[in-house]
Amino acid sequence: MAKELIKGNTAVAEAALRAGLEAYFGYPITPQSELLEHLSGRMPELGRPFVQAESELGAINMVYGAACTGKRVMTSSSSPGVSLMMEGLSYIAGTEVPMVLVDVVRGGPGLGNIAPAQGDYNQIVHGGGHGDYRIIVLAPSSVQEAVDLTALAFDLADKYRAITCIMLDGSIGQMMEPAEIPPMQPLKTDIPDWAVRGARDGEKRLLTSINLDPPAQEAMNLRLMTRWQAIERNEVRYKGYYLDDADFVVVGFGTAGRISLSAVRAAREKGLKVGLLRPITVAPFPNTVLDELTEKVEGFLVVEMNAGQMLEDVRLMVRGRKPVEFFGRMGGVVPFPDEVLTEIERLVKGPRTTDGHPRDRWLARLAETIG
Amino acid sequence: MQQEVIIAGFGGQGVLFAGQLLAYAGMDEGKEVTWIPSYGPEMRGGTANCTVVISDEEIGSPFVKNPAAVIAMNLPSLDKYEHLVREGGTLVVNLSIVDRQVTRDDIQVVNIPANEIAEAIGSKRAVNMVMIGALLGNMDLLSLEALEAALEEHLPERHQKFLDANKEALRRGAAYQPGEPVKA
Amino acid sequence: MVVTDIPTKIVYERPEALDPRVTHYCPGCTHGVAHRLVAEALDEMGEVENTIGVASVGCSVFAYNYFNIDFVEAAHGRAPAMATGIKRVLPDRLVFTYQGDGDLASIGMGEIVGAASRGEQITVIFINNATYGMTGGQMAPTSLPGQVTSSSPTGRDVTRQGHPIQTAELLSTLTGSSYIVRRSLHNFRETRRAKKAIRTAFEVQKQGLGFSLVELLSNCPTNWGMSAVESRDWIEERMLAFYPLGDYKVSSAVADIKI
Repeated sequence: MAKELIKGNTAVAEAALRAGLEAYFGYPITPQSELLEHLSGRMPELGRPFVQAESELGAINMVYGAACTGKRVMTSSSSPGVSLMMEGLSYIAGTEVPMVLVDVVRGGPGLGNIAPAQGDYNQIVHGGGHGDYRIIVLAPSSVQEAVDLTALAFDLADKYRAITCIMLDGSIGQMMEPAEIPPMQPLKTDIPDWAVRGARDGEKRLLTSINLDPPAQEAMNLRLMTRWQAIERNEVRYKGYYLDDADFVVVGFGTAGRISLSAVRAAREKGLKVGLLRPITVAPFPNTVLDELTEKVEGFLVVEMNAGQMLEDVRLMVRGRKPVEFFGRMGGVVPFPDEVLTEIERLVKGPRTTDGHPRDRWLARLAETIG
Repeated sequence: MQQEVIIAGFGGQGVLFAGQLLAYAGMDEGKEVTWIPSYGPEMRGGTANCTVVISDEEIGSPFVKNPAAVIAMNLPSLDKYEHLVREGGTLVVNLSIVDRQVTRDDIQVVNIPANEIAEAIGSKRAVNMVMIGALLGNMDLLSLEALEAALEEHLPERHQKFLDANKEALRRGAAYQPGEPVKA
Repeated sequence: MVVTDIPTKIVYERPEALDPRVTHYCPGCTHGVAHRLVAEALDEMGEVENTIGVASVGCSVFAYNYFNIDFVEAAHGRAPAMATGIKRVLPDRLVFTYQGDGDLASIGMGEIVGAASRGEQITVIFINNATYGMTGGQMAPTSLPGQVTSSSPTGRDVTRQGHPIQTAELLSTLTGSSYIVRRSLHNFRETRRAKKAIRTAFEVQKQGLGFSLVELLSNCPTNWGMSAVESRDWIEERMLAFYPLGDYKVSSAVADIKI
């Protein structure tokens, strides 16, 4: 199948449809609207439900209802809209029904702006909704990867009865790149046993997130967490670049990851032995490879388009064994590769320390730059 | 080998499509490409720009601070990008609506009266194609034939009637010699 | 003792759609009546094995325990959205929500207006008892002017606490709604009329005629601080004046339904 030059948002929408998306519910918000717009035409063409909801609250709860029937369902939004969806996400997690969420992250907090950012990492990766639950988070860094991960997102959601989030940022949503979208898959025909259907087989089913009896709730929590452990064992994905002989490693996901790739290449041209670890699943986090790298290398540089949210996950794994430094831009400002290169050179040159917090050092430098 | 082009101008000058055309042509030549717009909340007017990267290997950053080439369709774009062109790079300036000279001497400057050339071939809206042509005529990026093929392939259906005018605009831009009078 | 052979006729039995178990509702509460009316309608229509209910948050949060049908439990106020999701992917099932006034007319006003205006093919059973029952009798969007509640201890002051929302009237103004009526459960006559309205609302959905909602004036003896009988009188004397019973929207196609 030939590649086509396609926008990230449109590509994810078409890939979802071809992966057997049976119903879509959403609400317009920049920079994800092309996704909703594409499906507003394509879904009815195929006789599949598409609803532009009254709000993100409406959209996520429509997803909740449709997910209870065991069908492949999805919604998409951008940061402020995803905040509104947090209630529904918690209920969906608590009811153990599968769904796919696309978050095209923009600058914040608040209304913020519509520029690309990664400030939703904590909200998406470490919760946001109430209660004990985790969601699988995929962080593509190109349009093709976003396409490939979209099909995977549905498979993972079904396999683990879990929420899978494809966390893009505004630039991957708006960027055009050549991508090959896999051919149309047939719709799922096997309805999971737990799905409501109107008791047509004479058996009454109830799907709820309520559990008034604390021990029963705890047993459910245990089931969720045990399932998460299986996800951590089976589903970690990342891509390494120039890691074999690296003395220093840059860690970055999504757009920050690919910007770092340019910087790492520039550093290599200068003879610096630098590699890149780009997590593709940020939840589950690629802990094992990070642990192994910690034993091998002399230091890390974490690069993000936020104030150091994944940084804490990296530090948790490195556990002070090696220096970790941080570089980020916030609020929708996208770093250029030369800024990252400067940080790589600073790390390599030293002095390096495992004392203090890398965020404090970065903030001090940033204050000088942008004052 | 990686090359980057930033195209900037007023909204409505066909900046985004010109960039897409470069990306299409690069893709059809078997290269890696990225196209990314800078997008603002305003739906109409304002300035628009896009960055195109064309490369032989997996592209890292789609954002480029110091591109190999800049196409400045108007004065604000020249003011914004002149100092950012990479040393030894190429800067194409739409002389028709830019009333100042480029001050840098470490880059190749192509001044072209793109509006007049477009008007001369009876297609005012083909200014973007004249500018792209001028870039290709002065930089080893993509062949003119690749661009023409991309035009045939990707010019929206409703604009197919302008295909020949667009191709002509590309060729005129590519063939333009600085200072040469505009022929009708 | 002489035993004569008297012919017997069953005049009352539990509907198939109703689960044989004791409810958690307070003595005298009309939720049980409303449940039964819904169950009777589903029985009569032969829809017990074709229906999905959406429970809401409030006293009726456990409604799913009392029905012998598939159920899902929505977040507070979001039942119409959840029902939309289900109905869109399973259009041949009967899908209804069962919501109280806090759920529907306060936190869920966006979702109910959205669903009604889309003409969503769902049925809404709306229980209006002028209070937040489950959380302890606070002022609801439907509490009457001057009504004493646990969060309007001196009576609802409309200049400070706003006016009650007349849901049936409000939703009937939407082009998308097809069948919007208000009934009451305070006496037998009105309860029979309520039953007929519920049946009609389900028929509207079954025939694909659009969005249907039955508002039921209900009581809350516990939080109103009254006996069951007093509470029924209170509906008649106080609520009917502010919430007149009637058909607020009956689209022409719906008017042709014969039950």
